Amino acid sequence: MSGTSLFLQIAQAVVLVLFAPIAAGVVSTAKARLQNRRGAGVLQPWRNLIKLFGKQVVLAENASWIFRFAPYVVFTATIMAASCVPPLLVHTPLSLTADVIALVALLALARFFLALAGMDIGTAFGGMGASREMTFSALAEPAMLMSVFVLSIGAQSTNLTTMISHTLNTPIVLQPSLAFALVAMLMVAVAENGRIPVDNPTTHLELTMIHEAMILEYSGRHLALMEWAAMIKLTLFATLIIDLFLPWGISIDASLAGVAMGLVAWLLKLIGFLLGLSLVETYLAKLRLFEVPEFLSTAFVIAFLGLLTHYMLEIGT
Amino acid sequence: MNAMTLAAGSGIAALAAAAGAGLLRGHLQRSALCLFLGISGLLSASAGLVGLLTSTASLILPLGLPWLPMHFRIDGLAAFFLLVIGALLVPVAIYSQGYLKGYQGRMDALAVFLPLFVIGMQGVVLANDAFAFMLFWELMSISSYFLVTFEHENLENRKAGFIYLLMAHLAGLLILGAFAVLYASGGSFEFSAMRAADISSFWASVAFLLAAFGFGTKAGAVPMHGWLPDAHPVAPSNVSALMSGIMLKVAIFGFVRVTWDLIGSGDFQWWWGAVVLAAGASSAVFGVLFALQQHDLKRLLAYHSIENIGIILIGLGLSMLLAHFGHPMLAALGLIAGLYHTINHALFKGLLFMGAGAVLHAAGTRDMESMGGLVHRMPATALFFLIASISISALPPFNGFVSEWLTFQTALMSPQLGGALLTAIVPFSAAMLALAGALAAACFVKVFGIVFLGHARSEAAASAHEVDAWMKVGMAIPAFFCLLLGLLPVLFVPLLDVIPRNLLDVSLAAHVHEHGWLWLSPVDVSHASYSAPVALAGMLTIGGLAFWWLHPKGSTVRRGSIWSCGNPHLNARMQYTATSFSQPLRRIFGGILQPDEHAHIERPAHKLLSQKVRHAVHVADPVVNRLHRPLADAVLTLAHAVQKEHQRGIHAYLAWTFATVLVLLAVFT
Repeated sequence: MSGTSLFLQIAQAVVLVLFAPIAAGVVSTAKARLQNRRGAGVLQPWRNLIKLFGKQVVLAENASWIFRFAPYVVFTATIMAASCVPPLLVHTPLSLTADVIALVALLALARFFLALAGMDIGTAFGGMGASREMTFSALAEPAMLMSVFVLSIGAQSTNLTTMISHTLNTPIVLQPSLAFALVAMLMVAVAENGRIPVDNPTTHLELTMIHEAMILEYSGRHLALMEWAAMIKLTLFATLIIDLFLPWGISIDASLAGVAMGLVAWLLKLIGFLLGLSLVETYLAKLRLFEVPEFLSTAFVIAFLGLLTHYMLEIGT
Repeated sequence: MNAMTLAAGSGIAALAAAAGAGLLRGHLQRSALCLFLGISGLLSASAGLVGLLTSTASLILPLGLPWLPMHFRIDGLAAFFLLVIGALLVPVAIYSQGYLKGYQGRMDALAVFLPLFVIGMQGVVLANDAFAFMLFWELMSISSYFLVTFEHENLENRKAGFIYLLMAHLAGLLILGAFAVLYASGGSFEFSAMRAADISSFWASVAFLLAAFGFGTKAGAVPMHGWLPDAHPVAPSNVSALMSGIMLKVAIFGFVRVTWDLIGSGDFQWWWGAVVLAAGASSAVFGVLFALQQHDLKRLLAYHSIENIGIILIGLGLSMLLAHFGHPMLAALGLIAGLYHTINHALFKGLLFMGAGAVLHAAGTRDMESMGGLVHRMPATALFFLIASISISALPPFNGFVSEWLTFQTALMSPQLGGALLTAIVPFSAAMLALAGALAAACFVKVFGIVFLGHARSEAAASAHEVDAWMKVGMAIPAFFCLLLGLLPVLFVPLLDVIPRNLLDVSLAAHVHEHGWLWLSPVDVSHASYSAPVALAGMLTIGGLAFWWLHPKGSTVRRGSIWSCGNPHLNARMQYTATSFSQPLRRIFGGILQPDEHAHIERPAHKLLSQKVRHAVHVADPVVNRLHRPLADAVLTLAHAVQKEHQRGIHAYLAWTFATVLVLLAVFT
């Protein structure tokens, strides 16, 4: 592996990580405009993070080392997962580190520690958030893997680079299995990122919280790491969906023009995705808690149907 | 040194442990037991390593029946399972030195039967004829019965022990049946004759079914698992670690030995793999769903054993299917995945049971609802338990993820097989594996969160103390290997390569190494690859940078009270409990779990004023209630009917004899 491509890989991961708060800002600003408010601007999440990084940490009396360790695990595992999802350039040396299954597992590792941190304090809210988060993710994770597998089986690979190249090199034909996979993936992305209609990231009512209930006791730099990780995860999912289903525009070689072109294409697609998300969040109400499993099992069934469709209709034709 | 010599040494060391335990008393008894068991484990593990690296060794001992000396043999498969036995036996022996302190003076039965149990398992793995196999198999089953009923003062233990003995012997009978079929075709009890025999496809299927149900019962595969959740919790924790960590694996060994090696040497019929795959997928999901509903810590772990046996069977089932349809490379991958999960499960489940033993020791109960906050008082135990929890939840960079990853790869790379049913069953098993993995993570968040985090829920938990150095070291060793096997699968997979070479005539080693030691890529690097060392290094770098950047000099942490919504009187009972944690899943999977819920509300003053609310939930095992109980009842009814005949006069006996002779004449002429 050459030094340049390694540098480019790290650079594109850094771009993704630094852009993540802006992406969150885009969603909140677009939502504000849709609701006839001015909004705080796309840079507000960055301002919040910087403020939180400067604040002193207040820990609960009985917090153990798990509580202080968890933000770092959540943050690093999310970044590690993000570095496997290429926004700009397909061929990267470190894409061999983790394939899609490992990517899902890295996110699961982050969630494992997030839920443990929620339970560490011993309040009802933390336990409630952890219980709900783990329950819903137990249903979302298989759905996500199934929809990824639809593409993996087509590409005969779980390696993201190979999968993207496969999509780029195949002539565009109507593949019903991909439509199934895309719908399932979008539903999972909404659930995994705790967005409406599954969870409301801006809620102030503890009883309806899922993700927020687990990080209720965090403050200062710990909270900043947790929040940032959540933003990175949103951008990661958006980029993953873009990479898997709409990769056109991503750069194949490491030339400057190609990468610049890739950057523009990625930003356009990403912002399109985020605007779509804010529309959905504005027009839909949050689901009742026990309708979420139905939502997720629908995603799972759709993904599995996609897999079957692929086996039955598309292989060998 | 020769692998066989080492293995024999290991057996002799275990015998010495039994003798020492029988002759000595007091703390000498405990030390002799643990020392010799530890030596036996070390020798087992080295015999396994040597056996994996060198060629097959065999030994014939002039013991047993006059016309049939005992045959022993170490091939790749036996060597691997010897390694599994040794890898867990050493830490358990060290752990026992501390753990058994509490049993001093009343542990004679335990101290004698524990080494016999170990000899039984070693013997099964080494056996090269059906007679030796069954002899050691029964030694393993019976001595473990005495270990399960060790604390027989409790009714619960006696009941569990009885069911265990019953199911173990049912399994033994079925396995004996499988050997009988193989004996009929091979004409000898020796395995070499059975391998060479030319068996018709009908009798091969009969032998397969007998072996599958026999070994499946012993391994705890659904729906033959009824004994397992009862037997594991009541045994002392070091015994539970060995039973769950190794004994279930010996059943897996038996299954692989008989179906892959002895019946028609790797020539499977298509539905065998489908049966194993279906059993694996249902065990995996069933096990974890019921584990989530338990609040007895060891019972919960026992249900997880069912789940993990299911994951192993998914790998083996995929391999059988792929071998039948002519994809030996992928079949080898599935076999390796199953075997890798076998050693992984031995390590982390052994560690979890040892951790549970430490917690029990400290909190004095198996009920999770009266634990909590133990991370503050038992930091070392908490750390080791956390490592095992991450491993069993299949999260990187630990070992459980590697084997599940390999299983996923096998399922994903399977090309279209046979008809529509087979085509659908492979991705469906992958989906079930994904579901089981995600639910296992939920379950271990619950276990670790309820037991170690939060506030203490009882006096005993509040005054718990850390375990002694022996127990800590005993837990540290498997924790270390959980990480090692997770980080460097590339070094370990080639070690297993001899097994598919023997059983399927293909080698994976070249492909695994293709891209250097850093990247695990089972078939081809463009297919899939995973590198735990790079991922871990990346995470350490990012985490280290973040920590260094966020901790400037003089940054202090302030401690404050927790957010209570303004209510000043929080207490430990307001926390989430194990039962409330799993409530959403109980509701979602209500159709399978069928919880029995009762709410009792006392309203003494007025029907609008409820004063006291009692809520009780009970989740019973449906297989035990719907399948095992009716079966037992039917056997009992039949026995009563026969009993009535017994009590009649001589003329009735004569009539029965006459009828039997007539029937026999009709059949055989």
